Amino acid sequence: MAALNGRQRRALRQIILYLCLTIGAVAMIFPLLWMFSTSLKTPWEIYDVNILPKQVQFDNYRHLMTNTGFLRWLWVSSVVVMSTTISVLIFDSLVGYTLAKLEFRFKNVIFLAILATLMVPTEMLVIPWYIMSVDLGLRDTYLGIMFPGLITAFGIFLMKQFYEGVPNDLLDAARIDGLNELGVYALIALPQVKPALSALVIFNFLGNWNAFLWPLIVAQSPHMRTIPVGISFFSNEVTTAWHLIMTASSCAIIPVLIVFVIFQKHIIKGVQLSGLKG
Amino acid sequence: MRKRSLVLVLAAAMVLVLAATSLADVTIEYWQYYYESKVQLIDELIKEFEAQNPGIKVKHITFPYDTFNEQVAAAVAAGQGPDVLNIFYGWLPTYLKEGFLQPLPEEYFPVEEIEERFIPMVSAVKVDGKYWALPTAVRSLALFYNVDHFAEEGFTEPPKTWDELLEMAIKLTRRTDRGALIRQGYGWNVTGQDWHLFREVLLRQWGVKPLSDDNRTVTMNSGPAAYEVLQWWTDWSKKYGVGEEEGRGLYRDSFIAGRASMIVDGSFGIGTISANPNLNWAVAELPVKEIGGEKANFGSFWAHAITRNAQGEKLEAAAKFLQFITSDDVQRIWLERVGELPASRQLAQDSELAQDPVYGPFVRGLEYAHATFFVDEQVERELIVEAVDKILLLDAPVKETLDKLVEDLQKVRDEYFNSLE
Amino acid sequence: MVGGIFPPNRLRRENMLKRGKQFTLRQQQEIWAFAFLAIPLLFFAFIRFYPALYAFNISLRSWSMLSPDRPFVGLQNYRDMFQDEVFWKALKNTFTYTLLGVPLQLVIGLGIALMLHNVKRLVPLFRALYFVPYITSVVAVAWVWRFMYQPHIGILNRFLMDLGFEQIQFLRNPDTALYSILAMIVWHGVGFQIVLFLAGLEMIPDMYYEAAQIDGADSRQVFFRITLPLLNPTIVFVVVMSSIRFLQVFSEVMNMSNEGLGGPLNSTISTVLHIYRTAFHRFDMGRASAMTVFLFAIVLVITVIQMKLVTRKIEY
Repeated sequence: MAALNGRQRRALRQIILYLCLTIGAVAMIFPLLWMFSTSLKTPWEIYDVNILPKQVQFDNYRHLMTNTGFLRWLWVSSVVVMSTTISVLIFDSLVGYTLAKLEFRFKNVIFLAILATLMVPTEMLVIPWYIMSVDLGLRDTYLGIMFPGLITAFGIFLMKQFYEGVPNDLLDAARIDGLNELGVYALIALPQVKPALSALVIFNFLGNWNAFLWPLIVAQSPHMRTIPVGISFFSNEVTTAWHLIMTASSCAIIPVLIVFVIFQKHIIKGVQLSGLKG
Repeated sequence: MRKRSLVLVLAAAMVLVLAATSLADVTIEYWQYYYESKVQLIDELIKEFEAQNPGIKVKHITFPYDTFNEQVAAAVAAGQGPDVLNIFYGWLPTYLKEGFLQPLPEEYFPVEEIEERFIPMVSAVKVDGKYWALPTAVRSLALFYNVDHFAEEGFTEPPKTWDELLEMAIKLTRRTDRGALIRQGYGWNVTGQDWHLFREVLLRQWGVKPLSDDNRTVTMNSGPAAYEVLQWWTDWSKKYGVGEEEGRGLYRDSFIAGRASMIVDGSFGIGTISANPNLNWAVAELPVKEIGGEKANFGSFWAHAITRNAQGEKLEAAAKFLQFITSDDVQRIWLERVGELPASRQLAQDSELAQDPVYGPFVRGLEYAHATFFVDEQVERELIVEAVDKILLLDAPVKETLDKLVEDLQKVRDEYFNSLE
Repeated sequence: MVGGIFPPNRLRRENMLKRGKQFTLRQQQEIWAFAFLAIPLLFFAFIRFYPALYAFNISLRSWSMLSPDRPFVGLQNYRDMFQDEVFWKALKNTFTYTLLGVPLQLVIGLGIALMLHNVKRLVPLFRALYFVPYITSVVAVAWVWRFMYQPHIGILNRFLMDLGFEQIQFLRNPDTALYSILAMIVWHGVGFQIVLFLAGLEMIPDMYYEAAQIDGADSRQVFFRITLPLLNPTIVFVVVMSSIRFLQVFSEVMNMSNEGLGGPLNSTISTVLHIYRTAFHRFDMGRASAMTVFLFAIVLVITVIQMKLVTRKIEY
């Protein structure tokens, strides 16, 4: 039997990889296609066994945009998400770097304490946060909605792990050259972890975009609702407007997808290690 | 110099006058869960009320139904919260136990007047001889059925007895050759309205009262008929396969989609069911055990209660607002706009309403409806759902399961009444 | 190869020279570190530590959320908690979710990331497709999955019946419900792992791979000697974060189970769901806080153990 030569073997490998990836992708996407097709159905069609609607109709989208506060929810969500992303990029990265690359007393304790903040579920923090918000007049404000997400232990942990992959020699070289710690961080270390920053942007965007319980509790008035909160109004004692929920959810994916597409390019570009002879 | 001080004095006077008039404005907060037609109507009614009562302002706050408890709890914990709260009557005992509510002030709501004006069902919110809330509208149960499906089987009349219903359901059920249930003859469920059906309709018609007259003792297993009924009712799904529990609200969705031929639902379902133009449906009064036998129905309502936040002037304002939104005039508009049945005796006995093809069966059902005195509706519901699930999923023996259920329910009830004393 | 250009001795010599100055290099670093940490730590103290202590305090009190009284009751809540059979069931379920879910997501995530790393075309498209589930709201996703799982008309059961098998009551059978929900959770969250592993893989400098190629290493050696070790910080992050998330699983279970009860018959209820229901449906804040403290302790211990076991220092 003629063995496959190297080139054919590589081609076969690629084919198998693409096949696996495609099958996986279909499994990933299938439920979402269903969700999208439901948004094109009439309310009493949504439990039909056919995936495709009898007749594609965009009434749900029209209703969503004109008769509900969806566009306002979109605005509120966007403001909250963009503000927290900027804050997180500044602080989480800095703290992550500090924990990864600087030496100081109590480092491990501090890191553990920060990590520990992830271990109390937000559902239980909602009450003390609400009491604080009432006292500080933060109800129904953008700041009220976003304050828990301005600095996150998740982001700090993420950045710390990625900063650990930055070679110390690179930083020491900069220190020898006379750069102070802030300069070392901002000019040398930060550019090394662009993929991690991109991941941070994506995850922070996502976490705040889909947050539900806290934005619900702190913002009572209709004009300060975020998208998940708005969607919850489609459900009442008697009935749930699933067709509208599917429609709103399909729309809600788009901004995140856009952010993802933009930032994943930076994850591809990878790291250019400069200044290190090998 | 003098001109400036004159201006200052005038300005100060204006500020004082403004302050005085705004101080005279009492603002009360009215909270209810979001239901579009109700919310819109209340907004309009508030404008009317404010016009009739200068000096009182009503702030209308709404939130999603699913997070009712979370909203109220968070607000209370922070010292905020409503002055008037629209609450499901079955949750009222829990809220009042914690001291969150106050009884309706006697001067505005004398007990005899309430009992004269409102249908008897409303006594479910009478605790310790005082009324703690009042409804604008009430609901009851009836049988919805699909006219087209009936025509297929040659049925021209809705079933009059439960035996008839089961027979018809069996004929209406459709399965594939592989046994998949593609049409339920009867949209059987326990998480929808059928747990009320079992407790307040079936048990009663079989001669078993679910609660003692003073509401302190659970008597759901007080006779052998109780076990028979539970067995028979669960057998509709388990043995006869006319329907299956699908999850909250799905019994109605199935009916609307034409996948169930009959369901028992509350009058609150009318709006949603009538939205499908392709569905040919009708309503009938609930069946009975045998022709001429006892009729029974389950009634429920959302009522407006006054919380402990309303003190002094606010209490007065709240009472006036409550009087306004439970008046007969408002109830009439409510029926038109929201589609809920009026709570006042006079309106409920209106003969025209009783003949209405859609509202008729519900209104007639009000005459013999009981509103169960829940001590904690959510907890009691979970216990019953769990017990029925055990019978369906684990093949648990009916007698032991019902006895254990009554024990658990009694414990909850005892705890409640003990904490009141 | 890539090694220290400046041996450590040099730094020590510099330190000694600078000892005459006000701060050593080490002390300077410390000052900078605390300067960087000042605002974040203050923030956490206010937003996270204080409310957590608040919750711990409440665990020692009896507090119904609708009443202003919060009498001190010592360890009563904890005693009640240990007697609550739903609490133990929820804990057991939570561990099942975690012990199965974390490795599953890890293996699938890493596997797909490696595949994506090794193909050239359509990579951005695949990346987006694998990530989109993670973006979508749990409410919508849960509805679709519940519909897919439905008996008689759900697509999975119709498929099974067409093949001649019996139907499976995925979400109605207490024996299968948890695993059915787990499948959805793994599906939903795997995009998270993939993005992170891709970022980690991209950060491994090509020169390592080139050198390995020169040295004649095969792909197995490359994976175990270069890729995996250099991926370690990412793996640590992924394992720790997904463990913490699984141990706190809540919204998926609430949206996938009937009425958010964690049923049928408590077969799917998770600890956080039980906490949530105790706080907001029974209004028993004291008991809910006690369970929160207990869960916190468990998560803390597990995380510390994981970090010790999984972390390896990177050596060049």
